Amino acid sequence: MTQTIAVEARNVVKAFGHADTAVRALDDVSVQIRKGEFFTLLGPSGCGKTTLLRLIAGFEMPSGGTILLEGADITTLPPNKRPVNTVFQSYALFPHLTVAQNIGFGLEMLGRPKSEVQATTARMLALVKLEAMANRKTSQLSGGQQQRVALARALAPSPKVLLLDEPLSALDLKLRKEMQIELKRLQLETGITFIFVTHDQEEALTMSDRIGVMSAGKLQQVGPPKEIYNHPVNRFVASFIGETNFLPASRDGDRYRLDCGIKIAAPASNAARVTLTIRPEQVRLVAETEADALPAKITNLVYFGTDTHCHAALLDGTEVVARLQSPASGDAGLAVGQSVGLRFVPEAIQVLED
Amino acid sequence: MSPAEQAQITQSTRNGWLLSAPALVLLTIAAVGPLAIVVAYSFMPQGDFNGVAWGFSLEAWQGILFTKDVFDGTLAWADANLTIFWRSVKLSMLTTVFTFVVGFPTSWFIATRAPKARALWLFLITIPFWTNLLIRTFAINEIIRKEGLLNTILLKLHIISKPLEMIYTDTAVFIGMTYVYLPLMVLPLFASLDRFDMRLLEAAYDLYASPFQVLRKVIVPIVKPGIIAGSILVFVPSLGAYVTPRLLGGGKNMMIGNFIELQFGQGRNWPLGASLSVTLLFIVTGALLVYVRHANRETTHGQ
Amino acid sequence: MASKGFVLSRLPGFNAIAIGVFVALYLPIGMLVVYSFNAGKSVASWEGFSLQWYAVAWANDAVKDATIRSLYLALSAAVISTLLATLAALGTTRRAAFKGQTFIYVMINQPLMVPEIVSAVALLIFFAMIKQATGYAGMGYLIAAHAAFCIPFAYLPIRARLEGMDLTLETAASDLYASSWQTFRFVTLPLLLPGIFAGMMLAFVTSLDDVVITVFVKSAGQDTLPTYMLGQIRRQVTAEINAISTVLLALTVALLTLFFLLTRKKD
Repeated sequence: MTQTIAVEARNVVKAFGHADTAVRALDDVSVQIRKGEFFTLLGPSGCGKTTLLRLIAGFEMPSGGTILLEGADITTLPPNKRPVNTVFQSYALFPHLTVAQNIGFGLEMLGRPKSEVQATTARMLALVKLEAMANRKTSQLSGGQQQRVALARALAPSPKVLLLDEPLSALDLKLRKEMQIELKRLQLETGITFIFVTHDQEEALTMSDRIGVMSAGKLQQVGPPKEIYNHPVNRFVASFIGETNFLPASRDGDRYRLDCGIKIAAPASNAARVTLTIRPEQVRLVAETEADALPAKITNLVYFGTDTHCHAALLDGTEVVARLQSPASGDAGLAVGQSVGLRFVPEAIQVLED
Repeated sequence: MSPAEQAQITQSTRNGWLLSAPALVLLTIAAVGPLAIVVAYSFMPQGDFNGVAWGFSLEAWQGILFTKDVFDGTLAWADANLTIFWRSVKLSMLTTVFTFVVGFPTSWFIATRAPKARALWLFLITIPFWTNLLIRTFAINEIIRKEGLLNTILLKLHIISKPLEMIYTDTAVFIGMTYVYLPLMVLPLFASLDRFDMRLLEAAYDLYASPFQVLRKVIVPIVKPGIIAGSILVFVPSLGAYVTPRLLGGGKNMMIGNFIELQFGQGRNWPLGASLSVTLLFIVTGALLVYVRHANRETTHGQ
Repeated sequence: MASKGFVLSRLPGFNAIAIGVFVALYLPIGMLVVYSFNAGKSVASWEGFSLQWYAVAWANDAVKDATIRSLYLALSAAVISTLLATLAALGTTRRAAFKGQTFIYVMINQPLMVPEIVSAVALLIFFAMIKQATGYAGMGYLIAAHAAFCIPFAYLPIRARLEGMDLTLETAASDLYASSWQTFRFVTLPLLLPGIFAGMMLAFVTSLDDVVITVFVKSAGQDTLPTYMLGQIRRQVTAEINAISTVLLALTVALLTLFFLLTRKKD
């Protein structure tokens, strides 16, 4: 059923530089992006996510592999022959053209009749709520408005896929939140496949249908946000998405022995030596004396307003962070140096076989 | 590398050359090509009336430093030539040093103005820079010649009893070259000083430096590339100057440029003129290479 | 007023020298301009305001000829050099560094590096050969020589403009279905135009100012304004030269002002 696949990358490799010193920005990446989905490429800077986007756009040629658009090989097609449009990180609005001229640029290049260009431009201006700005120069707009023009411009030719290269990174926090909702709305309204590149995990979790986590030129894990967050396949994914605790352990029967000597229950695994991960919000603070509680000593308390991070050291010194919701009084009644018990919900523990 | 990547690079390089080609053709015909002929001429014997004769000869190169006795063919130092070389080098160096001494404070002054005023002061330096060299030399001529403004004023004030004979001296050439080439020193110095981080002054004064120490130990070392650029920009055209020594130095106080011209007049020595030209070209290229080397080292240091 | 306190960037004596330099730079030019309106002949005495030297220059057919020739030459050289420099700038910027690029830079900047007298002599020899071979003695030689040495002056501002241009704009254009030609026509060229005008202006001024190369390359009867002036100054100083200089100066200042307005960075 290739009809449900919008974009597919098959074994894509991209190397920069000359033979011996070449750096592999993309190392054998294969991924299928479904029609109409909001797909996010997430990873730290330099992980290759933007490179993959540029290869799909046609700004660069891959060193190996194939890129398919709705089943057709577009690997070597120039960008102006691909029904794919990009929202650039810097917006790249044409400074010598008005807002309306910017939005109509693509259709004009395609040689569409004037009436159609005008009608579509008007529709796009309405879509991004910038009707009043049609004849302004782009330099007279605010950052958020420029962002909307860039979006409208890329959407105007009704591309099969819209590529967004960290489009929100230049906006301040409040505006970014607004634009996240706006983007999601536009995607649902237009039904166009969005491929969104970001290094912001929160942005990825809130907006995406599926996320592809990248690191060092490789795709580490592809899946829906909940799956990525709750079931990271490796240490990188676990640590990059949200905060987490890593606890080295060995298998001991159907339980795991932590390095501090205490045995706990967790999902089954085949490896002898594993790392258990547990999110700070899944760590419970209990009385030291409670059965099955891990004895620990509080080393630091960091107040965040809505919650407090409680750093506690196990017997062997391994640090575990617990996130506690701040009580109404504002004082959790904890103190550094205090002995406490930690309890993990077995189902919340993820077992990583390293 | 995939064929598509290869094709992209090949096409980019080909376009680069194709787009540059028309300019390269014109420059080859009307700038670089003729230089090659000059080099060739410097290795040919002198023609009977003027120009050159076919053949190979090192006489022109010998002629730079030596004169051959007409009767017995012995070589002697060509004193006249040496005097001209020495004058050229001496005046060019003096010009370079003096333009630096007055140009540095000027650049500093411009660089420390408020941004709006800075643009205006800079513009005031740029106008003389782009004003016809001939006009500027002529303007100096009007000031310092015998019946010029300076003598008139000094006579009227009874400071002197008879006009100073400044024109047609080395001093006149020096004043003229300083005047016409000063902007060439100020502009690169300003470019350097403009990038100078003024907060370093705060740090230096905070660490007990005196104004002079700040200048010596902080400002000058940091803007050294600009100093070298300015010095070369002044020294190179000074050495090859033609118009200024011609108008202010008269027929006697020649510099290399005028000496070269002389060789191409009627019945003169074309091969010698060619070898002199090549020599001048070498000195200038050498100076530029020193600069490029230095500039490269500075930038690699910086990174 | 007495004590201004400590100003961080002030160095002792620097301001005085700087003001002295500006005075020294403008005094001679200023005198030239003032005395171009002198009723008398000499700079030694001011004999009242008069436009007579402008009238004398205007009535002089040699001046008129030289002016027209200068403008024609400068315009031709500026147009040719700017066209070639624009192409070369497009060829040498914003693409992966390629083999031979340094060679191209050196070629383009060659006229800036070679002493003018050497270029002049070289052109004299070369063009003399062609004149002898073809018998052609028209303005072509001067135009070719001027266009060649104007190339770096036109090239520098155009290249600066191109390098300051956001490359993603062109990428964006190609993403929006523009072919290479359309990208150039609708995005690159409009953004480059101020640079091209600036380059053309510098080339024009450079050509207009040239003395040395023109003196050596011109055939008989091809005096430009500067070579005419040089001839006059050699013979005797006439106040007519003051008037011509002032007009040339005014033209240069006007063009430079325009250049700065064009290249000024918008805040």
